[in-house]
Amino acid sequence: MPLATRRAARIAPPLVTPPLVAAPLVALPLVVMALLAAPATPRAAEPAPIEVTIKDHRFEPAEITVPAGQAVRLHVRNLDASAEEFDSPSLKVEKVIAAHGAAVVHLRPLKPGRYAFTGEYHEETAHGTVIAQ
Amino acid sequence: MLAALVIVFREVIEAGLIVGIVLAATRGVPGRGRMVALGVAGGIAGAGLLAAFAGRLGAAFAGAGQELFQAGVLIAAVAMLAWHTIWMASHGRAIARELRALGAAVSSGRSKLAMLGVVVGIAVLREGSEVVLFLYGIAATGGSSAPGIVLGGTLGVLAGAAVAGLVYRGLLAIPAGRLLAVTGWLITLLAAGMASQAVAFLQQGGFAELLVEPVWDTSWLLADGSIVGRLAHTLVGYTDQPDGLQLLVYAATVATITLLARAVRAAAAPSSAPSSGPDSAARAARGRGAA
Repeated sequence: MPLATRRAARIAPPLVTPPLVAAPLVALPLVVMALLAAPATPRAAEPAPIEVTIKDHRFEPAEITVPAGQAVRLHVRNLDASAEEFDSPSLKVEKVIAAHGAAVVHLRPLKPGRYAFTGEYHEETAHGTVIAQ
Repeated sequence: MLAALVIVFREVIEAGLIVGIVLAATRGVPGRGRMVALGVAGGIAGAGLLAAFAGRLGAAFAGAGQELFQAGVLIAAVAMLAWHTIWMASHGRAIARELRALGAAVSSGRSKLAMLGVVVGIAVLREGSEVVLFLYGIAATGGSSAPGIVLGGTLGVLAGAAVAGLVYRGLLAIPAGRLLAVTGWLITLLAAGMASQAVAFLQQGGFAELLVEPVWDTSWLLADGSIVGRLAHTLVGYTDQPDGLQLLVYAATVATITLLARAVRAAAAPSSAPSSGPDSAARAARGRGAA
């Protein structure tokens, strides 16, 4: 490469921000806002949340039956003095539930089947299964 | 002890991968060590705060505070990685040339370093808060196994840091001229993976409930829960059952970064030599498909 070109490249103002660069910064939040504004499934049609408790690092009930093809919510209360993480790759949920806290876990509409979940911080004892039917 | 080691290790390794890539991507930029150290320190402090307020955050926004927070910091990280990659498209070639010509003496790029510092901070914040909650829970409930768990946790942190070091060393084995191209597409895929994960958090919080059907299921091949699955998840956003919206956002992120990088490069160097920058690598990566 000719020396002149090389020098030109080196002294080109390095900190000038091309205007195009701003586009993704504007576009990404816009996409997110659009998603947030998109109508969620009508809340009224959703059944009341299913109550689940965590005590002594165990889920109660450990088997949760839900209707297939329908979004449901779990209301998980943690009665222990330590935090727990409701974790399930197959349900696509990972949610921390604070010590003596509670959380709502949204389950997307599920195909019939069994979906395992664990309490990630106490995997020896905290197991459960969601059964969609 | 072993369980604690495994749990802490797999959280630390995710942040460690990101730190390793950022370190390699900023090779030769003065002040990057300080910036990464600041990012890590800020992330650890933030992780402590996040863990302390986990209950209140979880209760915010009708129980979706945690998901909104996670999605928010992920989107911030995506924006910064995108900005960095596109900026590198206009200056990366000059920097690569200088690296070859002058060793480590690169004078440009310092201001963009702050963004990567923030990305490091966010990664440490997200994974670190889980480690803090886990270890704090052990401490709070006491028990005879506590010392063993603290030891396991410490070993887990060290093992995770060792992986970060390995990733960094491995990337540095790439010749300087190719390194920026490689880190360019690594960062592009990292950003796309984070964007698709942000979508998953929004869906988990009950927002954006569209295209929620899994498009395919490769859990028989590589499960999300396995260590390799987690590595692939952090690196390229792999998930064994991606849903439609995740795939859409993943593709859109890769396309946005790639196209903008190409446009910026074309504007910066009208008589451009054969392309070897992040955009060409990202193009190849897009063909490979992931998410």
